[in-house]
Amino acid sequence: MSERLVEQLYAFIRSASTELPSDVEAALREAHRREPPGTSAADTFAAILDNVAMARKNGTPICQDTGSMVFYVHHPVGLDTLAFRKAIEAAAERATKAFLLRPNAVHPLTGKNSGTNLGVNAPYVTFKAWEKDEVRVKLMLKGGGSENVGTQYKLPDATLGAGRDLKGIRKCVIDAVFKAQGMGCAPGVIGVGIGGDRATSYLLSKEQFFRRLGSANEDPALDTFEKELHADLNRLGIGPMGFGGLTTVLDVFAGWQHRHPATFYVSVSYMCWACRRKEMTIRNGEAFHDPA
Amino acid sequence: MIRLEIPIPEARIRELKVGDTVLLSGIVVTARDAGHKLMVEERPHFLDDLLREGVIYHCGPVVKKEGERWSFVAAGPTTSAREEPYQAKVIESYGVRGVIGKGGMGPATLEACRRFGAVYFHAVGGCGTSIAQSVREVVAVHKLEEFGTPEAFWVTRVVDFPVIVTMDAHGNSVHETVRAASKKVYDELMKG
Repeated sequence: MSERLVEQLYAFIRSASTELPSDVEAALREAHRREPPGTSAADTFAAILDNVAMARKNGTPICQDTGSMVFYVHHPVGLDTLAFRKAIEAAAERATKAFLLRPNAVHPLTGKNSGTNLGVNAPYVTFKAWEKDEVRVKLMLKGGGSENVGTQYKLPDATLGAGRDLKGIRKCVIDAVFKAQGMGCAPGVIGVGIGGDRATSYLLSKEQFFRRLGSANEDPALDTFEKELHADLNRLGIGPMGFGGLTTVLDVFAGWQHRHPATFYVSVSYMCWACRRKEMTIRNGEAFHDPA
Repeated sequence: MIRLEIPIPEARIRELKVGDTVLLSGIVVTARDAGHKLMVEERPHFLDDLLREGVIYHCGPVVKKEGERWSFVAAGPTTSAREEPYQAKVIESYGVRGVIGKGGMGPATLEACRRFGAVYFHAVGGCGTSIAQSVREVVAVHKLEEFGTPEAFWVTRVVDFPVIVTMDAHGNSVHETVRAASKKVYDELMKG
């Protein structure tokens, strides 16, 4: 295991925990500007923006829930993925010791916290080989409060009056965001996974969080769907932290994959306003972070 | 802006109304899932003096240890709804006057606030670094080994900890109001 790689991954984790991506911060700033001064919503956005600036300046975690680490690693054929995983684990343990990550890996039966962020499927790492001669690493820090408000639907759903079409999918998302209220640290980013099986549907919904806020969906029909749904969700008026306000979600992203003829899953994942994600490329041993 | 010293007498708590912004100072004890389960199922006494007219904080902090001294690095609120099955009993049996958290709580907690004289203080979720600035001292920690860092009872001294009252001792809840208003829009959006 290369010490240089561990150091690169450590710096990558540190940045993910302490520096909010600029597109997310810009969306929060815009949401703050829209709220009338003196309201709880305006004060809340002001507190959020102060905290974001302070965390970046002090190099401390934006949120004490530094989440579960979800890594995606695209790599050239032949990369030693076992060694790469060990490097990720070493970096995660080091970041925990440096108070950049809270120990968040708990044994579900004994209640014992591993203290290192390492455990079964922790961190969660997916390796995918590709044709390029470079390694691409993506990381999201996914908070537990927002994870708890994620939900999965099976269409058709008679309670919602939702069939197997975009109208039905739209109802699932509205239902999920309404039920979440402020509990996922609104305003959140909403990821929608359409199709697949139960497991891959949820995964797809979370992969959406790597998109930059405001980016267009490459599928024109889904792009329109996302934009209309974004406006509808903000009409709910749940606002930051559920205090009421004009911004309930920062953006909505949807992705699809083929499904079995018998199944039609719609998974809705919720990412808190502290949408912590980061990408870097390692080329000839050197790490290049994407612009924040 | 209202300044309150903990412990808080019942009369002071009953003066608060939803929407009030408050700066809290004094002893605050963190407790979350494992802590609330323990407080209800085993009713330990080591927190009695700290919680009588005291304040519980739903928080799992990032904590730093230098020598023998602990300090909070990041310490925003966690989602309170998970403690709904326990909170009313904890308020009653320990005589708690305030619960700090995020996302609000349900009808059982609201009723306990009304009956026993307590309020729910909302802190801004995600503001780990800035809220940690108000936590001036970690006085003690209980159940650290058994529960781990996020779940332990951290006894802290806070100064000017900023919160908003979102559930008061008169049966009012901002969370209920917002839910009801959003339900109207929800019903309209779900038509067709």
